[in-house]
Amino acid sequence: MLWSGCSKATQKTAAQNSKFEQAPDFKLQDANGQAVRLSDYRGKVVLLDFWATWCGPCKIEIPWFMDFEKEFKDRGFAVLGVSMDEEGWKVVKPYVASMKMNYRVLLGNDEVSGKYGGLDSLPTTLLIDRQGRIASKHIGITGGKEDFKNAIVELLDAHSAGGYVPARGALALLTSPK
Amino acid sequence: MVTFLLAAPWPSLQAQSNGVLTVAPPARLAIKRDATAELSLKAELQAGFHVNSNSPGDDYLIPLKLTWNKEPLEAEQVNYPKPQMEKLGFSPNPVSVYTGTFEIVTRFKAPPTASPGMAFMNGKLRYQACNNKECLPPRTVDVRVTLDIQ
Repeated sequence: MLWSGCSKATQKTAAQNSKFEQAPDFKLQDANGQAVRLSDYRGKVVLLDFWATWCGPCKIEIPWFMDFEKEFKDRGFAVLGVSMDEEGWKVVKPYVASMKMNYRVLLGNDEVSGKYGGLDSLPTTLLIDRQGRIASKHIGITGGKEDFKNAIVELLDAHSAGGYVPARGALALLTSPK
Repeated sequence: MVTFLLAAPWPSLQAQSNGVLTVAPPARLAIKRDATAELSLKAELQAGFHVNSNSPGDDYLIPLKLTWNKEPLEAEQVNYPKPQMEKLGFSPNPVSVYTGTFEIVTRFKAPPTASPGMAFMNGKLRYQACNNKECLPPRTVDVRVTLDIQ
């Protein structure tokens, strides 16, 4: 669990806290065929969502993430949706259009799945700080929209405070019980 | 033409499992040439999970599907059980699912030219399971039935 020892971490910035893992970089294509690397987003807070068109719980979260993209994109925030559909863009593109998804969607593969632990369950969502470190990992729906929002705001605010100082509450709520 | 529904007391193989779904070893199937016989395949899902039915009513959902090789028998018809209609958080309409234990019945036909004796029929059961918080990737369980062609 990434957030074990959370209370002790409250006095440390992310840079000082060895428990923060670097999010594995990847290179995937978006719907326009453009190559996208996670490292392209360094300096931004990223919500990285692994999802699929056949995943019902994923469908619940997508509108939340669309709201976050709209509300926070001007503050250095971005949502990246990585679809794990084996059938590829032929199913993903119509779904993205029907949901009116306003954030960037990429097509995942086995390599990225392996880098992120196999992705045995969807949705799997990570919040990544401006330094590219995993601040929280969320497997399945374990919290609500407000929990995500609070965690995003906390990461965004940490920038202006000069470092990441997690509070005892919000981010821990996102940590999967697994 | 005679139809047999056999429930032999001995299993032909070990239970097959992949993920949260387990298929009980199917009964040995005795079938006469140029006749039909039905085979019941019993599947059991881990508690708390559901799989989409064979007709989930949403193009994006992956249906349960049992397929068989084309030899040595012909699978004339696959009959899925009646699904449950569950109201799930992501869909405005109830979704057609299976939970717990359910049985799929296949009607096989043995060609008149089939060779008498013991043989095997291989199939695949594809499913995609979720609970109310998460979904697992689509998986396939291999199924093998021992045949006694008479």
